[in-house]
Amino acid sequence: MSAPAPELNTLSLAEAGELLAARGASSRELVAAALARIGATDGRIGAFLRTTPERARAAAEAADERAAKGARLSPLDGVPIALKDIFLTKGVETTCASRILEGFVPPYDATVVERLERAGAVVVGKLNMDEFAMGSSNENSAFGPCHNPYDLARTPGGSSGGSAAAVAARQVHGTLGTDTGGSIRLPAAFCGVVGLKPTYGRVSRYGVIAFASSLDQVGPLGRTVRDTALLLQAIAGHDPRDLTSSTRPVDDYLAGLEGGARGLRIGVPREWLSGGLAPGVERAVREALATYERLGATLVDVSLPHSRYGIAAYYLIAPAEASSNLARYDGVRFGLRAGEGGGLKEMYAETRERGFGAEPKRRIMLGTYALSAGYYDAYYLRAQKVRTLVRRDFDEAFRACDVVAGPVAPSVAFRLGEKTADPLQMYLADVFTITANLAALPGLSVPCGLERESGMPVGLQLVGRPFDEATLVRAARALEREAGPLPAPEV
Amino acid sequence: MALTLDEVRRIAALARLRLSPEEEQTFAGQLSAILDHVAQLSELDVSGVEPMTHALAEGVPLRPDEVRPGLSPEEALANAPAREETFFVVPRILE
Repeated sequence: MSAPAPELNTLSLAEAGELLAARGASSRELVAAALARIGATDGRIGAFLRTTPERARAAAEAADERAAKGARLSPLDGVPIALKDIFLTKGVETTCASRILEGFVPPYDATVVERLERAGAVVVGKLNMDEFAMGSSNENSAFGPCHNPYDLARTPGGSSGGSAAAVAARQVHGTLGTDTGGSIRLPAAFCGVVGLKPTYGRVSRYGVIAFASSLDQVGPLGRTVRDTALLLQAIAGHDPRDLTSSTRPVDDYLAGLEGGARGLRIGVPREWLSGGLAPGVERAVREALATYERLGATLVDVSLPHSRYGIAAYYLIAPAEASSNLARYDGVRFGLRAGEGGGLKEMYAETRERGFGAEPKRRIMLGTYALSAGYYDAYYLRAQKVRTLVRRDFDEAFRACDVVAGPVAPSVAFRLGEKTADPLQMYLADVFTITANLAALPGLSVPCGLERESGMPVGLQLVGRPFDEATLVRAARALEREAGPLPAPEV
Repeated sequence: MALTLDEVRRIAALARLRLSPEEEQTFAGQLSAILDHVAQLSELDVSGVEPMTHALAEGVPLRPDEVRPGLSPEEALANAPAREETFFVVPRILE
């Protein structure tokens, strides 16, 4: 007797694509399985802000017709995915998890949405996140928190919490998130999935709601390294509508994926493993490094002396840029309008008071202060100079190594409510991820086991040279192949 | 460094935010704590260091200034809280 067919929703994105290519299942069946799984589990998880079943079924039907004619568009054609609610979707409400955008229906698609749909991927819904991508736990969503599938009392991380939780809970086969200071890698680590923040400029941000424009980047989350590579391949590349997107040619991320770790020089920043780490996290990270050595890689001692200033520089630069980007929410062209009886200034103040949650307000205040008369040189300009120093540290390290490896976060996923009263403590969750954003480098989180004490996933972070995502996925795949998949969460 | 309530109110006014008295209190404490943390940047000698004004090494390219298709007025106005013909309507500006 043959083994029973696996549940469709448990397949990786690559496996789902292969099954579709072999006509072993239809896109309609995959979409039905995804929607059923979301229906059965999302009341407990809260990964989705809305699903789009009619559109998904129509897209699946079109994908099935292409498959029948042998004309699939890509390995993603017909596979159900979902998007962080920061990506504009034409005709589908997009809120950035904020009251101020409730009811906003974009008149156009983000470039990455267009590219995924042109590759045939089927979008089944929009995912929960921290309001305006500001947060490390998804608790700043105006529409309720998201829960970690491995332990519902813990956060999935943020800000792309829904994007990580949906993949971990086997609701969809892949998702997109954004990462300004760790917002893809931290939730990926907390939820035991793979998350990749590409180099600044590798992926278009046209139609992505802006938070901090010199740091924001779009990237994929998936159950496997191959899945994130497939998604990145579909979205990477220059976009004439985003002048900050690079014109450099896009590498083939799949070609060298199985190339292994032999000969790879892995830099281990001494500052990243020197205290302050939860013991279970440190153990898992050190075991991963030992695995790399066993696989033929060389560990190299490197130093990133300015990484300890990363949080400080980030919390001047990001809020300053956010205070400018969020000035557009004024009740005039879209979104919430309140207090219009009292004149224009009253309307601005009332709209923004009612529309923004505490975290966007806090960051607008901080950024406005840092940019205000008399403070610019001492704060914003100094932070931009420190950013140069952070980047120089990495340039120096990459003379001796091919990738830098370390923890994603100081601890495993923390409990809901644990850090909400103290914003600074929340910010410190990003201490290891933030430097890659400041230096504009690609970073990836790959699962490296479960913490013994809690049973929660631990992520290993890999940071690469500019535009060298191919080496990152190859290195991550080598570890993944050796370590095997994490046990699925029971939800 | 400790932000005073007056400073908090001044920043809020600059940012077109209105805060409740409780929010003013909370933010004064929280923003002061964050500013204390960022003050460690002053330990660093940054003389002679260029600020990182562009995250892309290749710099920011220019494009020709030419007319391209964009949103139609209907699409651009579809989300307007208030409109008249092809205009956004705002409350009166002059009293």
